[in-house]
Amino acid sequence: MTVSTTENCGEGRREKGEGQNPSSIFLDTTAEDHHIARMAAVALGLTILENAIPSPLPGVKPGLANIVTLIVLARYGWRAAAWVSLLRVVAGSLLFGSFLAPGFFLSLSGAVCSLLVLAFAQHLPSRWFGPVSHSIYAAFAHIAGQMLVVYLWLIPHAGIAYLIPIFAAAALVFGTVNGLIAARFMDNAERDLASEKST
Amino acid sequence: MNSHESIHAAILPHLKSGDWLTLLLGGASVVLLALNLWSGGLADKAIIRSGGKIFREVPLSRDQQIEVPGPLGISVITIEKRKARITSDPSPRQYCVRQGWLQQAGEIAICLPNQVSVELTGSTKKYDSLNY
Repeated sequence: MTVSTTENCGEGRREKGEGQNPSSIFLDTTAEDHHIARMAAVALGLTILENAIPSPLPGVKPGLANIVTLIVLARYGWRAAAWVSLLRVVAGSLLFGSFLAPGFFLSLSGAVCSLLVLAFAQHLPSRWFGPVSHSIYAAFAHIAGQMLVVYLWLIPHAGIAYLIPIFAAAALVFGTVNGLIAARFMDNAERDLASEKST
Repeated sequence: MNSHESIHAAILPHLKSGDWLTLLLGGASVVLLALNLWSGGLADKAIIRSGGKIFREVPLSRDQQIEVPGPLGISVITIEKRKARITSDPSPRQYCVRQGWLQQAGEIAICLPNQVSVELTGSTKKYDSLNY
């Protein structure tokens, strides 16, 4: 387990370096960039894992990758969480061959809405609100964004309203479970860190 | 028993009071959504279409049988006790007949082969289910 020591929330600049020869391009990457890439890779792994799980209804998915987003949000802030989430959506769609297909836009709209809501939810007083709350609000925002795209673009028929309660219930259940997993992971990690320090 | 306790230990310490509030709000909104979106509303009119055109609009208050001609033959629509159904139809697979009674606004039975459909609407049309 590698613990990143970058505590700076500064700019993760990506500058194009001077190449030695014209055919090579160098990217100066910061430690934060590396960290975001690592986290996005973990999220991607969870996405692939999740795709192997059969779903009773198309669109009802646990959204395991969001556990990573929640942890990154709590530890490294919203900007890093947005990077991880959006990288996961784009890279995931490339892996599954659905880039720019309807499924990609559904993921994207869900992720963007979740991130927008998380931008507000992260400012909830942390004394009372933990990752579980963040997760539930994000999950509801996720289905809201997806249903909006489905309605405005894919199935412009009000009949899909009948599916909203099912999706909302799934969002509540999976949002709670994901939030609990994220909270448990972080609490355990903190405890380990504390015990490491005390010894 | 032991596993039960460990589940509690796994969940409860990670829930703060605000999280419970969020859970409560989430649960309430799911229930409200289900009640609002699944209740449908009462229907009081049946719109019968044949070949895509409105054949007749009938109130559900009066029990009656209506014969609707289509390209395959006659579809019979029955209205009884504020409900409507397609009683018989010449279509080969009889999907619309097997759909049974329609009761709520927005419900629709369509016999595609015979191009006949019955749609129930309320006094306030929530949405147009055939044309958007």
